[in-house]
Amino acid sequence: MKFQIPIGPQHPALKEPIGLRITVEGEIIRDADLRLGYNHRGLEKLAEQKTWIQNIYLAERICGICSHSHTTCYVQGVEKLMELEPPKRGLYIRTLVAELERVHSHLLWLGVAGHEAGFDSFFMYTWRDREIVMDILETITGNRVHYGINTIGGVRRDLDEMQVKHILDSLEILRKRSEYYRNLGTTEPSFVARLAGVGYLSPEDAVALCAVGPTLRASGIARDVRKDDPYAVYEEVPFEVCTADTCDVLGRAVVRIKELFQSYNIIEYLLKNLPAGPIAVRAPRRAKPNEVVSRYEAPRGENIHYIKSNGTDKPERLKVRAPTLANYAATIKMLKNGFIADVPLIFAAIDPCICCAERAVSVVDARSGEEKIIPMNTLKQLSQKISYGKEKKRVAEWPL
Amino acid sequence: MATVNTLIYLIIYPGLLFLFLYSTFVEWYDRKLYARFQNRMGPTHTGKFGLLQPIADFFKLMAKEDIVPERADRKMFSALPAFGLAIVFTAMLLIPVWNYSLDRPSVISFSGDIIVVLYLLSLPTFIFFLAGWSSTNLFSIVGGARVLTMLFGYEVPLFLAVLSPAVLANSWRLAEIAAFYRQHPALIPVNLLGFVIALICVQAKLERTPFDIPHAETEIVGGTFTEYSGKKLAIFRLMMDAEMVVAAGLLATVFLGGFPGGPLLGLINFIVKTLFVIFFLALIRATTSRIRVDQVVTFSWKYLAPLAVLQLLITILVKGLIS
Repeated sequence: MKFQIPIGPQHPALKEPIGLRITVEGEIIRDADLRLGYNHRGLEKLAEQKTWIQNIYLAERICGICSHSHTTCYVQGVEKLMELEPPKRGLYIRTLVAELERVHSHLLWLGVAGHEAGFDSFFMYTWRDREIVMDILETITGNRVHYGINTIGGVRRDLDEMQVKHILDSLEILRKRSEYYRNLGTTEPSFVARLAGVGYLSPEDAVALCAVGPTLRASGIARDVRKDDPYAVYEEVPFEVCTADTCDVLGRAVVRIKELFQSYNIIEYLLKNLPAGPIAVRAPRRAKPNEVVSRYEAPRGENIHYIKSNGTDKPERLKVRAPTLANYAATIKMLKNGFIADVPLIFAAIDPCICCAERAVSVVDARSGEEKIIPMNTLKQLSQKISYGKEKKRVAEWPL
Repeated sequence: MATVNTLIYLIIYPGLLFLFLYSTFVEWYDRKLYARFQNRMGPTHTGKFGLLQPIADFFKLMAKEDIVPERADRKMFSALPAFGLAIVFTAMLLIPVWNYSLDRPSVISFSGDIIVVLYLLSLPTFIFFLAGWSSTNLFSIVGGARVLTMLFGYEVPLFLAVLSPAVLANSWRLAEIAAFYRQHPALIPVNLLGFVIALICVQAKLERTPFDIPHAETEIVGGTFTEYSGKKLAIFRLMMDAEMVVAAGLLATVFLGGFPGGPLLGLINFIVKTLFVIFFLALIRATTSRIRVDQVVTFSWKYLAPLAVLQLLITILVKGLIS
């Protein structure tokens, strides 16, 4: 017997709204369909009305987890447009925050994977230790989530000796804890039984469906923007691109744990080789008419910003391609022929950030299921037509 | 006088009131242990050490809006929680807690009551299945199907594991089995393997991690209980807690020598031994992740069932040696 199970838009496995229509036969998934558009915020349109500087803080709010990724990607693009050369120390601090963000994102993901697999103890422990990174980020930038450290031409806050020492000390604790999670995550029998062999994505499919980030690297393809197209100071920093060859959710977990250790090494290198000098240069208010594409390796994968300027102090177009969007096609492929029980794990394994990837709203007729794309004006007219002449609902009264 | 006694048995101890209070305490104990294993605090605010939290939860749920789905079978949907609670509370009456002598170990005691307890502990599984099925919700139906699929896995090993001490004690009566192991404490370790198997199976029966598959939150929302709310959900939760007490009581009777020493000492024995069993249940819950339903069946038939047969074999050999 085939029937459809709606996972989302509201479902405990999803932290943000997205619609997954899953056709199952017993417990086995035969088909999957993804519906977007529940969380569209119109950020790209908003960016066209704000100045270059204001847009940094807008870009930061595209995502809560990889807020630094989006600002860095945007700021790098704008710096190219304005032909600015940020000073070395500024770039080092920018990279440092980027790697700390990767650590906190990967620790967060490990916890989420544990929770989706019903291993809540793992979730509680990883999230407890994630607090250490959050504290480091707070000491550097003053904030836990939206760091606000990037500016066009450098960064906004400098590091002092005390902070460097504090970060290096905390890093030791994190290393030890991550070692423990590596052992636990790859040896706990019931956890491994849930992850191994689930959500298979062959290397050919991963490339053909344009998967990015740990999802791609877990299929054995060493592709990382930090190595392939180095930005900031990644050319000078020694690190390896981590891969796994199991092509499943376990591989994706292993890649992320390996990347944690690479990030610790990068952070240590950056702090020990921090050059002296200014942290930012002055940026002009306007950019010459031009266009630019900026790439950045976010914790979830390759992040792309396309920016077009028209000589004013505002961008003409800002287009964001978040890594989650690139992984959706691969997710559908991974879901097919899996079990219902694996849906949250497979979906969580791409580390989805749903509102980052929302670009449009489609209007669906609830009764017939017919989909159409209609402009805002038509939508307004439609709502006026429906409610025209109808009695107004009583306005709720304040009880006191 | 006999009527008054029976009423006391049924309503106060070890019946309704005691079981209600004790199962809320057990829920607190389980939650607190689980939280401490996870480096959390657990309930702290309601009552001393948060002891009243499960009772507060129960009454809060009782006061919540109670919704019956439009397409559900209204009568069945509403009757199931009450039936389930009745079944579990009946099972409790068979556990030999009121332990003066072999003549009157519990409210009712007869040869073969171990089978009745096991049977009464199987029924809640069907209640869960029917609850899921009668909700007419996709998630509930999937949950209900999972309940039954799991039943085929753990039921046989559980029966084999629980019955092998009975074989050694040469009795099908709970009180006599417990009395036998009190007289021969050296024979308790013989059933160690069976105890471990029974612990795992009870964990599956109670639908706790790694076997919380029928109501796996991240997969099928509330599973069998998706459509249940308010009073009915409160009763189901109480039923699960009471089932944990009964199952722990059964294991303590069969494997740990029962609860000797009259009303007071017997009560202390009962509490210590059931908490000992529940400690292991909480430990398993904290250290594993949820497995898939097909993995439960494979695991049960590949490992648990053969080991249970091995336990039976050991028991028969030991019985041959001592007689």
